[in-house]
Amino acid sequence: MSENGKIILLHTGLIALLLALNFILPAYHHGNIARVMVLASYAIGYNILLGYTGLLSLGHALFFAAGMYGMGLSIRHLGFSPAPALMMGIAAGALVSVAIGALALRTSGVAFMIVTLMFAQAGYLTILLFGKWTRGDEGFVIQQAERILWGIDLSDANNRYLAALVLFALCLFAALWLVRHPVGRVFVAIRENEERAQLLGYNVFLYKLAAVVASGTISAAAGASYGLLFGYAGATFATVQYSIFPLLWVLLGGMGTVIGPFLGAVFMFYLIDLSSGITNAYMLIAGVALVLLTLFAPQGIGGEFRRRVWGWLP
Amino acid sequence: MDFGPYLMLATLEGAVLAAVLALMASGLSLVFGVMRVVNVAHGELYMLGAVFAWWVTSFVGGGPAVAFVAALIIAPLIVGALAVLADITILKRLEYDPERTIVATIGLLYIMQQVTLMTYGADARPVVPPFNTRLAIPWLEWADGGLQVFWPWGLSITSYKLFVIVAAVVVLLGIRLMMTRSRIGLLMRASQLDSETAQAFGIPVERIYALVFGIGAALAALAGVLIVPIQQAHYLMGGDALLLSFIVVIIGGLGSLGGTIVAALLIGLSDGIISVFFSPTLAKIIATILVALVLVFRPQGLFGGRAR
Amino acid sequence: MSKTSESKPPISRRSALKTLGVGAGAAALPMWARYANAQTSEPIRIGFQKHATGIGASYGRWYDRTSQAAVKMINAGGGINGRMVELVTEDDGTDPKRGAEVVEKFATQHKCDVAFGTLFSHVVIGSAPRAGELKLPYFVVSEGHHVASGMLNRYTLQPGITDVKSQVQAMAPFVASNLGKKVTMIFPDFAFGHDHRDYFSAAIEAQGGEVVQMIAIPPAETSFTKYFPKIPRETEVIYHVMVGPAVLTFVKELGEFFGPSRPEIFGFIDSLEAVDLASPGLEYLEGTYFWEGNPRYAQADQSEYDKNFRAAVGVDENGASVNDSKDISTYAHMFGCWETLNIIKAGMESSGYAGPQDRSKLIEAVEAITDIPHSNAHPQGAKLFNGKTHQVFGQQYITKVTNGKLILAHTAGIEDTLYPDEVDYTKQSF
Repeated sequence: MSENGKIILLHTGLIALLLALNFILPAYHHGNIARVMVLASYAIGYNILLGYTGLLSLGHALFFAAGMYGMGLSIRHLGFSPAPALMMGIAAGALVSVAIGALALRTSGVAFMIVTLMFAQAGYLTILLFGKWTRGDEGFVIQQAERILWGIDLSDANNRYLAALVLFALCLFAALWLVRHPVGRVFVAIRENEERAQLLGYNVFLYKLAAVVASGTISAAAGASYGLLFGYAGATFATVQYSIFPLLWVLLGGMGTVIGPFLGAVFMFYLIDLSSGITNAYMLIAGVALVLLTLFAPQGIGGEFRRRVWGWLP
Repeated sequence: MDFGPYLMLATLEGAVLAAVLALMASGLSLVFGVMRVVNVAHGELYMLGAVFAWWVTSFVGGGPAVAFVAALIIAPLIVGALAVLADITILKRLEYDPERTIVATIGLLYIMQQVTLMTYGADARPVVPPFNTRLAIPWLEWADGGLQVFWPWGLSITSYKLFVIVAAVVVLLGIRLMMTRSRIGLLMRASQLDSETAQAFGIPVERIYALVFGIGAALAALAGVLIVPIQQAHYLMGGDALLLSFIVVIIGGLGSLGGTIVAALLIGLSDGIISVFFSPTLAKIIATILVALVLVFRPQGLFGGRAR
Repeated sequence: MSKTSESKPPISRRSALKTLGVGAGAAALPMWARYANAQTSEPIRIGFQKHATGIGASYGRWYDRTSQAAVKMINAGGGINGRMVELVTEDDGTDPKRGAEVVEKFATQHKCDVAFGTLFSHVVIGSAPRAGELKLPYFVVSEGHHVASGMLNRYTLQPGITDVKSQVQAMAPFVASNLGKKVTMIFPDFAFGHDHRDYFSAAIEAQGGEVVQMIAIPPAETSFTKYFPKIPRETEVIYHVMVGPAVLTFVKELGEFFGPSRPEIFGFIDSLEAVDLASPGLEYLEGTYFWEGNPRYAQADQSEYDKNFRAAVGVDENGASVNDSKDISTYAHMFGCWETLNIIKAGMESSGYAGPQDRSKLIEAVEAITDIPHSNAHPQGAKLFNGKTHQVFGQQYITKVTNGKLILAHTAGIEDTLYPDEVDYTKQSF
């Protein structure tokens, strides 16, 4: 089989597997996987920037929250129905990522990390400042009646799972298409050697901006969907912690692989879920996992697969 | 409160914050300057300093002053030793690769924070200051055709807060002397400039690195010990402190110790003074965006050279 | 894997007699309910969302101890409908996302009969939609106004603790007539603080007073002195409320700021919950006033019920753990866990609850509750439950720091806490 065939087969196979799981998973894991698929979409967005373009952002919670609040506020205060609200969320994410990208991309390396972190922090505080509309840290509920998309009640477990799967599949194939598209190849060239990419005549700044916007928009789509599917928007999702999570998922799953973010999100979710039954200090296990990973498998799970088994993994 | 005394108070409070920040950030800056390692776990080392200070003061008798002096010595030593251990077992094996060390230190961050949660618990616990007298500050006012002294409501500082400022100045001077005057400082600077050449000249770069990492950690821990009689030791206290000291280090120019100290003053004082003019949360937003914009338009920091 | 605990009643003649008493009570139940009792001996599983980590951890520890004690007492009395009660504890990390996941875990994995929860409002608001969708009754002990405001759903109830709107408005008459009419408020700049700001400023104006300045402290702030100069000179009363790990710093710096000449100070005990009043730097609080949901120090006229409650939870007369006098309880809030579990018991008994198929009956039974007498099951005081808004109302206490202890100065009656209904949950379908 050609490499191309294998790639299509693997990723379509994953979606088919997830679809099949819809019918056999016990209720608890069914709910978990629905959640993980939305979070993995967030991580896919993050991975475009970190894994393919080589830019480490510590402020992606801002994009996630822009999607969540763009969606939530337009339902709450403008009376939008879910479909246009979702669009509002995605548009808000795109807009914010253009602005942040244009500013933050003037820096690189550690300064880029810090600048994105600070903008995200300012975003979090802004949500609190406008507590009258956002209800600040407490957040607000998106009522069941407001979550009916084209007659489909998204609060129903089955519909929620399928909606999450659609989102995840869209993000997965969009990412797959992007990284194999010439634009994606330029991203990788920038990651490998920015100066050479510049010498080859590419407008590096514009390509990096495109990566930030693609990454931010996908993250916002995940944030908007999260709010819509689980019925809650709150400022917690804009805190630093939620910028670190996608970093962990991507590193764990393997940065620069399309499938890695999903592997990382599943692995981390169950690691925390299982270890929280054993100890209160469940993040300890995440910490140990990270240290061991950097020591023994710096490419993450997906990266190790690529190194040992599937050299063609995109 | 009148504007003058208010500004005075905000400045004093800002100076205390600046002192603690300068200590902590110079540890971070030292590590980055010499080893080129971004230590994301630095905030947790600060937290560990505070927590060990609580342990030491609750087990050492002889009054708050004796216990506090003991904490001042023991806590930075323990934390420094832990950091040396982390350097030898983990960072060295990563060959100080910039990205992998960031990930590894995020891992270390969680390990330290969560082990503290398991052992010390989730409560904020106080340490008794060795001394703590409230010192009211007089203010001059033009009234009845002449200058008059009066004592504004609330314009005061405590003797312990003054001590924090003095202690930070003394320690920072000591660090500066060590870097410029001592043999070990010379070796550090040599490793900083060119670690391969330094190695070739027989400088034990690996041991220097471990030592630098230890000193950086001890400085964070010392900041933690100094702050804990004012605030309390809590397992989540490292996060905000890390953010602030990151900002300070970057604004000051990565790896520049002098710049770091100036930036700490700038950030500490502006945190106090901006809150005079705006509502508190708005003040935080403005300060945060200002710092981000400084970085955007002067990525090498306010005081860093272009070369870095 | 999860931490579960089941307190088996000690087999003694006395408890056997008590159990018999319950058996006699069960005879009064309809036939099918008794049949159901006889059918199953499985324990009733109550999922307990605990703030074991994160900023709410001090509350979580004491909510846990109180709940365990309540379950022990309920089981010693024969359980509910003849079945033992088992508490299934999961950490919510004081985080709304994890909170929602934990509620799902209770419903779908642990097969809990009901969920029972937690203090911080954002966790409750994040979790409640999932509880509603999973049709899992969710009893919260949060003191937030979210339940009675109509934001949540038919499956979420707050029958054990009065909400912040009631608490705050019940304080205004006392503050205005005893402390002063010009108030400066200091509160955290997020939703909980905004509730205090909005409800108190309205209530004090109704008393002829005014709020002369509002100082909102940003979240995660660790030093506070720089905000205090905004307090105007004309201030007669400082009204303060703070939450999170930095509360002690806040109260201490407030004292250092004023030095020898302070105005009257009225605070919500949230500012010092789980903090020792004898901590260094708090001496200046002598003579100031606090709202307490339930007085931390055993009062001179302590009721038998409070005595029993303290002994069962393991709290001494100073509000500290009997095992460690430095381990101060969250006494002003944690009674809510005890009372809520007893409401669950009462609701399950009057609805003849036999299993998850009876969840809506349980909700209806709790909605039907009105007067709740002062008793061992309700040691904080008598209460009035509003089935339409799913919110309970109870008396509030104001205590004064006297010789380093909080001594009762005023009790605000239930009538002071009432406000017009904002929602009727009984109109929502199940």
